Amino acid sequence: MALPALLFFAFFGGVPLVGVVLLSFTQWDGIGAISWLGIGNWTSVLADPVMWKAMGLTFGIMVFSWAVQTPLALLLGVFTAGTQKYRAFLAVLYFLPLLMSAAAISIAFKALLDPNFGLAATLGIPILVQNWLGSPTLVLFVVIFVLSWMYVPFHSLIYQGGARQIPKTMYEAASIDGAGTVRQFFSITLPQLKHTIITSSTLMVVGSMTTFDLIWILTAGGPGNATRVLAVDMYLRGFRANEMGPASVIAVLIVLIGLLLAQLLQRLGGKDKTSSQMEGM
Amino acid sequence: MDAPATPLPGTSRRGFLSMLALAPLAGAALSACGTSGPGGAGGGSGKASMWYLSGQPNEKIKGDNIAAWNAANPDDTIAVNYFQNDAYKTKIKTAIGAGQAPTIIYSWGGGTLASYAAAGQVADLTDWFGQNPDVKNSVLASTYQAATVEGKIYAYPNENAALIVFYYNKKLFQQVGAQPPTTYAELQALVQTFKAAGIAPIALAGQSRWTSMMWLEYLFDRIGGPEVFQAIFDGTAGAWSNPDALKALQATQDLVKAGGFITGFESITADSNADQALLYTDKAAMMLHGSWVYSGIKNDAPDFVSGGNLGWFAFPAVEGGKGDVKNVAGNPAQYMSISAKATQEQQDIAKKYFADKENGIFCDAVIDAYIASGQVCVAAGIEDKIAQSQDKDFLGFCYDAIKNAPSFVQSWDQALSPSQAEALLSNIDQLFSLSITPEQFAQNMDATVGK
Repeated sequence: MALPALLFFAFFGGVPLVGVVLLSFTQWDGIGAISWLGIGNWTSVLADPVMWKAMGLTFGIMVFSWAVQTPLALLLGVFTAGTQKYRAFLAVLYFLPLLMSAAAISIAFKALLDPNFGLAATLGIPILVQNWLGSPTLVLFVVIFVLSWMYVPFHSLIYQGGARQIPKTMYEAASIDGAGTVRQFFSITLPQLKHTIITSSTLMVVGSMTTFDLIWILTAGGPGNATRVLAVDMYLRGFRANEMGPASVIAVLIVLIGLLLAQLLQRLGGKDKTSSQMEGM
Repeated sequence: MDAPATPLPGTSRRGFLSMLALAPLAGAALSACGTSGPGGAGGGSGKASMWYLSGQPNEKIKGDNIAAWNAANPDDTIAVNYFQNDAYKTKIKTAIGAGQAPTIIYSWGGGTLASYAAAGQVADLTDWFGQNPDVKNSVLASTYQAATVEGKIYAYPNENAALIVFYYNKKLFQQVGAQPPTTYAELQALVQTFKAAGIAPIALAGQSRWTSMMWLEYLFDRIGGPEVFQAIFDGTAGAWSNPDALKALQATQDLVKAGGFITGFESITADSNADQALLYTDKAAMMLHGSWVYSGIKNDAPDFVSGGNLGWFAFPAVEGGKGDVKNVAGNPAQYMSISAKATQEQQDIAKKYFADKENGIFCDAVIDAYIASGQVCVAAGIEDKIAQSQDKDFLGFCYDAIKNAPSFVQSWDQALSPSQAEALLSNIDQLFSLSITPEQFAQNMDATVGK
């Protein structure tokens, strides 16, 4: 049964992966012959401050996006899990960003934030006329904001599904015991959503490792190297500088770190993942 | 790489969307992506094939030209496919690497063409030009430098030049009672004048990086003469640390610090033409840009141009500098090469298409169309045609500037190898955002010499 899917994955996932690992030990400009280089690319990339800055930025964006997105998505998800009509209506509004591609979102935000032709300049709101995408310090926060704007709805959807699976009887029992809404949230909803939190966090963390499209259109890695995250660094080296070897090294690093982080997060779920959390049910 | 390479107004650099289609990790799989082989699959049938850039007016000019050629030469047809600029740059590289290039390979000469030649992917046309002096002499002689690699000609320069000139808003100059600057000191004084009047002195699309590079191209030339970049181009060790180069880099940062460039220039892209819009909406007074921008502004703000509000001047001289004020920078022409992997028949068709004066690649109809669209055509001896053109002031200015230039510096990112060019653009971005010093810039770039 799983054979077609496995073959598919081996061909489109496995083969390129092996190819990238091999390329990381070669010198290739994408046009001429490929020549074996050994570990030269690895030593030069691992000694390159540009790569380490990109690595730091990637982790920075990862941590901050997680810290911003998780509470927001959790609260929104639990809120929209309720069955009241107005919540269903608000849920539709919250999920609107999900309908747009990263390219559309980036272009829209780029236009809105333009200091000369943007929203603030047109409406004449001086406080909002900042060099949002041109200042090396501000730009990071803008990127994290736009990333969060784009991905919070998706994670809310995951939490909504998780929250709806929590049996009503638990809440009924809790309210008989005299627990209020806040107490119910921390004592029932949050522990019951443990695995949902891990799933959502894994997606965020691994997704941050490969964030490319949004940053590429919004800032192209600039100003200077202020938003040159690993994926952008890889693209610039591979497809702009025609240095496929060093670009492949970064690609391999992204894969390794992504896998490692995903494994670590899964471990957080505990070893007895399959056991029920619903004692007495 | 991004480069002021495309004289296509309006839509020149919007290829970034198509790049998103490339999964970042798919590098290794890419070599299998070439779809249109030498046989010319897709985009209509033809014995030979050509890839060209999308975007008006040049896409239509090319389409009409190919239609006329195919009608007149039913046995030697050419099929043409159109791609967006940045998408094309990635696609052609991949196709050539996979041995799936079209018959006619379009490039901007210089370092990229040299990398094709080094890999044996483009045909040596030296002998053919020797046998066909008419074809060779039909374009301005200065255009051949970027087509020549180690003494051999690998491309036919044609179409249009992209000359980098200063544009200015005459309305704003009148408002503050200023004249176009003839020296760099006057330019610096104008920066203060405009700032005092609450007008941004200079529009710049800094995120595109090659836009900022144009400033360095001229400052290097005006301060140290064309020899400074020539030494870099020749791969001389330590060429970026030339004292004149450092002076030019310092001058750039001084201009940034003095507020010469509009607020937020770091995040403006040339793709969106926002830099041009700043000029014609009276938000910025000056802009250093390629000659293709003229037809773009004419298209986007026809009243601004017809009302005589758009002015232009050559990059001013720097006091005590070594460069001739007549030296220019930009892209000398567009370059058409013939794939060495194409069949003999296809190569012959391409050569016939290059040479034909009736319906060929650079026939009179094509030249007239380029002039009519306000572009700086590189055909030799077209002064009369330009004099009759609607845009004779601008075109005449550019054509004469190219013809009389003692030195034509090719856009650096095109002249250098792709690997050096990317390092250059990345360092330029950091230079303009003041995150590195001129010395660090020179040091970083010296490390790339010979790569």
